[in-house]
This record gives sequence, structure tokens and C-alpha cells, in this order.
Amino acid sequence: MSKQMTLEVTEVEPLTALVTRFRFERPEKAPLPIFSGGAHVVVEMPDGEILRRNAYSLISDPNDASGYEIAVRREDAGRGGSRYMHSEVTPGTKMRISVPTNLFALDPRARKHVLIAGGIGITPFLSHLRQLDLLQQPFELHYAARSRDEAAGLKLLPKSARIHAHISDEGNRMDLGEILTGQPIGTHVYVCGPEGLISAVLDAAARHGWPKGALHFEAFASPPPGKPFTVTLAKSGRKIEVSASQSLLEALEAAEVEIDWSCRGGACGRCETKVAACDGQIEHNDHWLSRDERAEQKKIMPCMSRFTGDALVLDL
Amino acid sequence: MPNTSFSPSIESRPTYAGLVPQGSAPSIMIADAEGAEAILDLVDRDAAVLDQAHLIYIPKGAKFGSKLAELGAKGYHEEASLDAAMTLINRLLATAHMGTQLYLAGSEGMMGRISALALSLGLPLDAIQMEHRGSIGRPMQCVHCKGVTQDVTTDPFTCSHCGLTLFVRDHFSRRLGVFQAVCVDAETPGVIPETQEITA
Repeated sequence: MSKQMTLEVTEVEPLTALVTRFRFERPEKAPLPIFSGGAHVVVEMPDGEILRRNAYSLISDPNDASGYEIAVRREDAGRGGSRYMHSEVTPGTKMRISVPTNLFALDPRARKHVLIAGGIGITPFLSHLRQLDLLQQPFELHYAARSRDEAAGLKLLPKSARIHAHISDEGNRMDLGEILTGQPIGTHVYVCGPEGLISAVLDAAARHGWPKGALHFEAFASPPPGKPFTVTLAKSGRKIEVSASQSLLEALEAAEVEIDWSCRGGACGRCETKVAACDGQIEHNDHWLSRDERAEQKKIMPCMSRFTGDALVLDL
Repeated sequence: MPNTSFSPSIESRPTYAGLVPQGSAPSIMIADAEGAEAILDLVDRDAAVLDQAHLIYIPKGAKFGSKLAELGAKGYHEEASLDAAMTLINRLLATAHMGTQLYLAGSEGMMGRISALALSLGLPLDAIQMEHRGSIGRPMQCVHCKGVTQDVTTDPFTCSHCGLTLFVRDHFSRRLGVFQAVCVDAETPGVIPETQEITA
């Protein structure tokens, strides 16, 4: 768990019907730690009985210590974290925010950066752009959105010949083959957005002979809701109920079971937990475990993954 | 002779997985001496690798030139030395696009130098395929004078730049593409261990 700070919301600005920008500052206006492009923070939301912690990419200038900004898309089918941000948070609200962590940094060895964003996946690139501007490194950004009304990024992106918006309902779809062809040696690709976009980019890159080491991605993952299930802790024999809108990690935290975490999105690996016994099927929703590890069902990432079946016993 | 398998050592000591054909993608193939045999084996497995290949060969006295020339790569270039080949290699790498495959085969000196160049251009290590063939002579950098002595086959050896007697280490610099060599008698001047042939 990262160090946390209590910050005050100073600006709440709707960017589109679904996406709102929030700005946080220290109540005493003291400087915040600066960060690097692609970093995220974890925001704590005391939502009734449940303490939610959602990770959001920082969209503000990494070198600006005066405040942190995030953009949150309201997910009506989600578990409630984004709804909480949209309905409960107003200027003056004090919130617990983690220090920034970065799992999606620019690769300093790259000679050129190709950034590919889908929908709300534009957010980490907004801080990348500031850093690339400072470093004066070559880049191009491709931003795909369904419609101009939904494209929150359009309000936040600078005008530039290197920034391309692909609006699908205007017939201007993103052509991955074209983007990935003819890029100079030393180009790295970064993709953030829905799973479908990430796998399309990774597949197209493989087809075009790109090495894996030049491909970077961050899924915009929050734990999916699902059917309630029960886990048993091997050491104490305790049984813990995980509700439909709760992640396993949140249920463990609510039961005051100590567990290490960082990204809460299945990417960093910090909350990896051993499974002592599994009679059923783990729904692995993370990007951390390998295909083989998933099949073995001997490890689970409680931040993202769920379970269906008769018994899941954790080595806790 | 197959890909050399080196005995386990420290993590920085490179090992070479061997060349795997990547179809008819644009490619740059560089081989020296017996490395030619790795290219011949590669083509044997999938001749399509030649469709868009620039093949550069530095024979160093080996007799594979005519065989490689007959393969029918898109471009075949035989060069007298790696130094002489560098103008062409620099130009091919600098103008290459992502997706271009890089195949290196032969000595550690050549593979180290070209992979260091490719890494400096921003190509990730997993984009560079290498297969070791032939002499196990190593490129050794003297950590004292920074001069590089090529094709070192004994331990200790004499630095070809500053004349110090140097111990052959497995410590490899990816940035420079060379192994590191340190003075063997720094603390006991004149006490030099017996010279041995290095082994794989």
C-alpha cells in the first residue's frame, strides 16, 4: 500500500456528458510530489459500508507540484466508484489520495514514441505529452473515440500536427496497419484503452514483426462486478463473503485482513496471493499471471479476480 | 558445428538462442567467418527469409562467400572487415523500419558490436537474434585504458593498447558490446598466473 495524503478537491469540470475532470491540491497549498508521465494515483472513496480505492491516471503536468488532475468516466454498469466521484465529490471535498505510482512510463531508450488511445484511455497520454514536450522527443498520438461528443480528450489535447483524432461515427477509423508500418527503428508503441484495442494493437504489431520489448500497454481495468462468492482463509479458517459489487481485495480489507497492494488493476503484481485449495473456477481478470499460472489455479490477484464454484481457500 | 552453448556463468554473460526464421519480413543479416553456416541453416529451414534480406558477410579467411552469394538474397555484400562493413551497416540500420528483422551470426566481437549499435538506436534486445558459431575469441575491453582487444582466446592476455596483463571476466557490457578485463597483477606486480586457453 502506497503512502497517502489528504487532498482537497479544488475544481470539478464536466468535459463530456460522462467524463468529469477533478483537480486536487493540498489544503495548505504546499507542493505535491512531482511524477512522471503515465503515473496514476489511487483515490479512496468511503462509499457507505465499502471503502473503495480506484486508480486513476494523472492528466496534469508531471512537473507541476501545485495540484493533481484526473479525468473520471462515469461507468453506470460499474461497481460504483466512478458514480461516487460524479455524485458525491464537489469542490471542497477532502479525499485520501496515494502518492503517484507509474506502471506505464515512457521508455527512455526509445527514439520515437507512438501513443495509441481508445476512449478514456487517453488519460495517461495527457501527462506523457507534457513530458515528451519537455524532452523534445518525436512522437505521434492516435486517439480513437466513438463520437466527438464522447471524446473528452479533445478538450484537453493541444492542437498539433502530431495528434490525430479518429472519430468512428465520422467514418475516420484508426488504421493500425498504417500506423505500425514504416515507423523508424527505435520506435516504441504505447496503448491504453479497452481490452479490444489493446489486443488489436498487440496482434497487429506481432503481424508486422514488431518486437515485444517495444510494446507497452495499460488496460483501463477496474474490478468487474460478478456473482457473490465465499473465500476461506487457510490459517484462521475464517470465511469471508465477497459481494457482487465488491472485489476480493476490498472484501479482505473490510475484514481487516492485511494484504499488500499497489495498482488495484491487475497489472503490478503486488497483491498476488497463493491459493491453498480451489474447487471451482477462478475468473482471472488480471494482466499479471501467465497463461500457465492461470491454468494451475494456484495463485490469484484479489484486486481483479473472482471465483465461481464450491470452495476457494487462500493461503492467508 | 551448431550454435555454441556456453557454460553457465554470471547473468551478464550473453547466451545466444540461435536464429529462428521470421518469414519474408525485411531483414538485415550479418555474419562473420563460420557464422555463414548459421545463415545457411536458417535459409535451409525457410528460404523466404531471403525475400527482403540484406546479407553482409565478413569471411575472416573462411570459405563460405560463394555459397552465401548463391543464396540469392535481395542484397549480398561481402566486406574485408567489420570496420569496412560499418558504413553500410550504419546506413541499413539507420534507415530500417520497425518490423525489420536483425539476424547476427558468428563471433562475439561482431555480434556484440552490432547489437550495441542496434540497442543505441532504440531497438529492444528481444528484436536482435543471435547465434554463436566458430571461434570463441572474445572482444575484451581493458577497464584501465578502455581499449578493446578483439578475439582474445587466452586468460590472462596482454592489452593490445596499454600492455597491461589482463584477467578475462564474464562481465559483459551490453552498451559497449564487449567483455570487461581487469589488470591481473595490480596488487602483486609481476605475479602473473599461468596462461590458459579460454573455454566455452
